[in-house]
Amino acid sequence: MARGNSQVEHLLRRAAFGPSGPDLYKLASLPATVVTTQLLEYELLPDDVDERIGDSAHVGVTTRGGQFSPNTSIEDARQRWLFRMVHSQRPLQEKMALFWHNHFATAYSKIAGVVGAVQATKMMALKSGELPGPQGQLETFRQHALGNFRNLLIEMARDPAMVVWLDGRTNVRARPQENFAREVMELFTFGVGHYTEEDVYAAARVFTGWNLRNATNGVTTDPATYYEFFYNANQHDLTAKTFTFPIYRDGGRTIPARASAEGMQDGIDLLTALAHHPETARRLARKLWNFFVSELEAPDPAFVTAVANEYLLNSTEMKPVVRFILRSPWFLDQDNWYARYSWPAEFVVRAIREVGWNGFSVDTARAPLVNMGQSLFEPPDVNGWELGPGWFSTGAMLARMNFASTLAANQRFNLGRAAAPFRGTPEDVRDFFLDRLSPAPYEREPRADLLAYVNAGTAWTGSDTQLNAKSAGLAKLIVGSSEYQFI
Amino acid sequence: MAKFSRREFIRDGVTAFTVSFAAPAFLNDIALAQGARSRSLVVVYLGGGNDALSTVIPYQDPFYYSRRPAIAVPAGQVLQIGSDANRRALGLHPRLTGLREIFNQGRLAVIQRTGYVNSSRSHFEGTDIWGTADPGSPSGVGWLGRYLDTLPSPVDALAGWATTNETPRALISRTVPVPSIPNVATYSLSSPNGAAEALNERNAAARMASYTPPSRPQLSFVNGSVRGALNTLDRVASINSYAPSLTYPNNGFGLALRAVAGSIVRGIGTRVYWVQTGGFDTHSGQGNAGAGGYATLMGTFGDGLLAFHNDLRNQGLLNDTLVLQFSEFGRRISENGSQGTDHGAAGVMMAMGGGVRGGIYGTAPSLDPNPSNPTLENNGGDVRYETDFRSVYASVLDGWLGADSVAILGGNFRAGAPAIV
Repeated sequence: MARGNSQVEHLLRRAAFGPSGPDLYKLASLPATVVTTQLLEYELLPDDVDERIGDSAHVGVTTRGGQFSPNTSIEDARQRWLFRMVHSQRPLQEKMALFWHNHFATAYSKIAGVVGAVQATKMMALKSGELPGPQGQLETFRQHALGNFRNLLIEMARDPAMVVWLDGRTNVRARPQENFAREVMELFTFGVGHYTEEDVYAAARVFTGWNLRNATNGVTTDPATYYEFFYNANQHDLTAKTFTFPIYRDGGRTIPARASAEGMQDGIDLLTALAHHPETARRLARKLWNFFVSELEAPDPAFVTAVANEYLLNSTEMKPVVRFILRSPWFLDQDNWYARYSWPAEFVVRAIREVGWNGFSVDTARAPLVNMGQSLFEPPDVNGWELGPGWFSTGAMLARMNFASTLAANQRFNLGRAAAPFRGTPEDVRDFFLDRLSPAPYEREPRADLLAYVNAGTAWTGSDTQLNAKSAGLAKLIVGSSEYQFI
Repeated sequence: MAKFSRREFIRDGVTAFTVSFAAPAFLNDIALAQGARSRSLVVVYLGGGNDALSTVIPYQDPFYYSRRPAIAVPAGQVLQIGSDANRRALGLHPRLTGLREIFNQGRLAVIQRTGYVNSSRSHFEGTDIWGTADPGSPSGVGWLGRYLDTLPSPVDALAGWATTNETPRALISRTVPVPSIPNVATYSLSSPNGAAEALNERNAAARMASYTPPSRPQLSFVNGSVRGALNTLDRVASINSYAPSLTYPNNGFGLALRAVAGSIVRGIGTRVYWVQTGGFDTHSGQGNAGAGGYATLMGTFGDGLLAFHNDLRNQGLLNDTLVLQFSEFGRRISENGSQGTDHGAAGVMMAMGGGVRGGIYGTAPSLDPNPSNPTLENNGGDVRYETDFRSVYASVLDGWLGADSVAILGGNFRAGAPAIV
């Protein structure tokens, strides 16, 4: 199964969760431009991945108490999302959902501390229609994955999880609350340097009354109970709010005093201005450079300008922006292949796809992901995860090596069977695994070390026992090597 | 001011890492020669911006109550620790009974109103400023990393130790990769195969990670993490069997301190440890004396430190250990409508240990919101700093670690430095 279409493989590492056998057979013959379109136009494909949970041809999930409850148990919500990343026909949708999860970083544990585990899981991950209540934050990320950024920003400002996370639920006019007001400017839009402390105070007043209510019986352990966003007109500050940057197209910087019933428009006006601010466009462009193009080179100023223009000209629509990036010379440049440090979730999902999943449960990845530094739904703070080299502390790298070991041990017989046609020589076995697992190219020395490993111990006979042991060992060494950590 | 990412720095630092990684593997063995049973520093970071006015309470200031009607701790409940130089009476939060005990034994220093001019109200910029000790350009290596850079080469792989998932900026160094070891029990290498084969794998992994291709610094960097892990596994594992002299609180902070104590007792040789506990971004539900979010935070902090203090005291190692606590900023004086506080300015630092000169350093602010009140800033909204945090760092570097604070901090902050050690 020699690989051929390197450009498509690059695309699948970045805009999906890595190439795997079946995908390659389907896609290897197609030009990269066609594959790009398929990835982008995912809405033409059914969103049916959840229906395959529990099907034996797919990676497994582990149930507790007999029931898989991804809407009310955060462990199961994590499993469902990992399952989607492994098997979705719409990988770019899941990839962008992960991008937005980091951008609007919201952590489950604080929310659970306020409203309890069941309600907090619903706020993070409820799939629309499966239980009463508004869809969870993740589903909003999926819905707007390649949608309009302004709309996503407004949805986040009224997202129940966000309203708990950044304390908007208690933002009242007598004593405004600055948490969301600050972070929406510092982290969600244009960033430090483009606003003043006075802007923070004004924005806090804008969002007074953007609160939360329990719309049902208030029994938080009841899965049918839910909270919802609630504009509390009585708690909205009605006076005018003036900013140091333009809010309106005519350059006006003051949100006018409004009647309480119309007060929500204050927030819509501010969020619209923030979404369309040129510095927001540039900040998103830089984040997208790091996500899609390279973490080894600083964002090319020409790229930032071009992507920011694309974003602004398309009224903050993300699909044209990502299309532009995936077709751009910066993305296609071979120097940028394997130039991105994989996130732990990406690493785990790619490893499962490439090593194998038959008889493996995604639940096995949950604890290792904590040690790698990325528990889904649990970013360390509102700034999201520390990306790039920040993922690769000694402890986190050790956790990656150990996950490689766990997965290889689990798949040892499958790997041995797959390698059987190549059992003739140690070189062939090694080359089979290098091909199957698609790490970044090895230098001459570590390639020789892999061969020396196969030859270490008893002389090579290619027996089943030897093949199984060395297959598992090779898979572990490759997936646990530095070369494999880049996508 | 631009926001700086750690990524930018690390990329720039990779070449240097590569050079130091060329040092041979016997580095493992030099710990005893280099640093066993020497002094160690344990930095404790309270993540999120600690509300200093709830930790060390100016309980006779009438404005403390008028500006914090819901969250003020009643005067009768604070743990009195005396008065500062301006005769302002101070008390610790009621959940800090352990720290008061240590204070009464003269081993706790409280340094009020620490910070810097134009305090950042951003968590991330603030953390970077405290990490680099450079408010003007808070990117690049950290202040503790620069200290590690001054140690004679070759520096032991466990000279620094972060108990967190990622290495904090303060410990990022030009030449010394600091391992992050969040959990001693899981800091081990597993294998899909049995003993002999597992050893073959470990040897192969070590060899594969020994290369530093000059054209691919990112590989050299990750290989450095692999080597850092392989070179420290066995010594860290020796702490697994550590039996402390008492029971630590069963939470992340307590268990991290337990691991640090184990490392100190076993003489691993680490100079600088980093421990943190989060949740201090108390915009809501702070509560006051006995209940609420802040009391829980103080319980975690105080109970953990008391256990650590008593464990080391019982083992006769308190005189070799200094704990230094900080947070990225203090909080707004007036409470918000959520029974919480928003981001503010100056905060409180503490130092604890057998070598500490205990007591109250610096003076409390007057909380009078009059805009001309010189102890406040931001129109009377926030506490103005009195002691530059870098002068506290200078005391620790010069007085405890025996280093040159002027070189490490890039300036002389000795003037006005509190004589805490």
